[in-house]
Amino acid sequence: MTHAPSLSPTSPAVPTAGGFFRRFRSAPAEPHFAKRVQFNSPLLPYLFLAPQMAIIFVFFYWPSVQAIQSSFYLEDPFGFGSTFVGLANYTDVLKSGEYRGIARFTAVFTAAVTFFSLAIGLLLAVKADGVIRGNGTYKTLLIWVYAIAPPVAGLMGMMFFDQHIGPLVKFAAVFGWDMKVGLNYNDTAIAMIVVSVWKQIPYNFIFFLSGLQGIPVSVREAALMDCRAGFRRFWTVTLPLLAPTAFFLLIINTTYALFDTFGIIDVMVKDKAANNPISLVYKVYMDGFRGNDLGGSSAQSVILMLVVFVLTIFQFRFIERRVHYN
Amino acid sequence: MHRTKLLDHVILLIGVFIMVGPIVVAFMTSTHEAADIHRNGLQILPGGHMIDTYTTVLTKEGGFTGKITGLRMILNSLILGIGFAAGKIVLSMMAAYALVYFRFRFATITFWMIFTTLLLPLEVRILPSYEVMNALNLTNTYTGLIVPLLASATGTFYFRQFFKSIPDELLEAARIDGAGPFKFFIDVIVPLSKTMIAAIFIIMFVYGWNQYLWPTLMTTDETFFTLVRGIKQILLVWVGSNIPDYNEAFALAILAMLPPVMIIVLFQRWFIKGLTESDK
Repeated sequence: MTHAPSLSPTSPAVPTAGGFFRRFRSAPAEPHFAKRVQFNSPLLPYLFLAPQMAIIFVFFYWPSVQAIQSSFYLEDPFGFGSTFVGLANYTDVLKSGEYRGIARFTAVFTAAVTFFSLAIGLLLAVKADGVIRGNGTYKTLLIWVYAIAPPVAGLMGMMFFDQHIGPLVKFAAVFGWDMKVGLNYNDTAIAMIVVSVWKQIPYNFIFFLSGLQGIPVSVREAALMDCRAGFRRFWTVTLPLLAPTAFFLLIINTTYALFDTFGIIDVMVKDKAANNPISLVYKVYMDGFRGNDLGGSSAQSVILMLVVFVLTIFQFRFIERRVHYN
Repeated sequence: MHRTKLLDHVILLIGVFIMVGPIVVAFMTSTHEAADIHRNGLQILPGGHMIDTYTTVLTKEGGFTGKITGLRMILNSLILGIGFAAGKIVLSMMAAYALVYFRFRFATITFWMIFTTLLLPLEVRILPSYEVMNALNLTNTYTGLIVPLLASATGTFYFRQFFKSIPDELLEAARIDGAGPFKFFIDVIVPLSKTMIAAIFIIMFVYGWNQYLWPTLMTTDETFFTLVRGIKQILLVWVGSNIPDYNEAFALAILAMLPPVMIIVLFQRWFIKGLTESDK
């Protein structure tokens, strides 16, 4: 059984994101007829699909439809039915200054987390790819943090930014900066960004490194001959070759900053959102579970769904045009 | 040439310091007494209280939470991690098998219905998902903890891609030998997928173990708390206490990261393979 070469655990890491793009590109064109030969059976395929479809229906489609539906209703706070209010929930949300502030913060937060974690991940990957001695050790040490759950990272962040014992607060004090994480809006925002970037660096590092290692030796040697200056070689040869990986990571990092940082934010604001920066997802949670505002929370959910949807479509259109190889 | 290499090492060492340093400090600090930490800040050298602290965290009831011990939380985390990973693999292998190896009427629509789940993460539909779980009476159950997380179809796409790379000749040969769909699945597809299953299992276990938002919503009964879910409780207990139990908090954080970190370090090759080829 040696016909699928990528199967062996000893084969080198395959250049990343390929499967991801391939999946989206080829998928719509030929979902069936994947094989020349197939089984013909009236019932069996449905039997194999049944568990997955059942779970998708109950836990994906049902709640999604519910979210859309209840975004048009105003729930009675005492549980006596609900009234159809049309788009009122949406206009309320979009008109609210608080919501706009949170949206603005989310945008800044997402941009900062994406930029810094990509940049640092890329820098470390390029360096780790360049050195020969200690390559494996660096790799192992640098990917550790991937395994840490966001709230655990948040807890560590709270300790390092603690008013009383936090070394980072003391470090900031050296420069005359009186950091008050949890009290001062900007300080909390910076602490959140630092922790979120720290947690995401390993992911980007892994993808950039396997992207770099997927560049053929012949290309590297040709580049080395044509272009002696390391920095220029990086800009003109290496970086364009990493473009597919970078675009893929751009999507993943944006979703990470929007959604997966929930645990970090929750731990760092400790349910006291009052004067602290929070993200849009956290606001959905707060309104839905703390404020019992079902309609408003659902409207926000739908707005987020649209954002994710548009983002995904846009990114794929963009990638289709820009990136021709993988 | 040598000069640049030295600079490379310096940059990498700074990277390692930033990534690993906080974890080392967290561990060292967890071996000191709370009052000691309160007085002297975070520690970089081991203290003498490692065994006391970890025993307390693991076995004492009502430390951070009212009723359960650290051991119970570890057990719950394991149930979530293993249950999620195993469930995901079984479900997605079956679905991918149907999509790739069968010709049937609703293949296209089925494919698109599964595809759509990739576009919307759980976080954007938390409240309605919670309502559905309430309606089904699944809050505070392991089923409610694990099954809804399986609704995203990442695994299905991954296995679909992989099955498509298996040569057609295998199926032809199997059919000449008289193997039916079940036999082909069990005797050919499953053994062929072994390495991929291992890689996906590692990714999914870490993903399941690290779940936070969903367990926070689904479990109000402390006997179902996972370690990661319990983190929130630590901080809530803190508010208002004189000398926070920094040591126990760090000990719990170390325990919460230990299994996934160990798995990633030990099975690094499979982990990277699973991650870079399955995307999520």
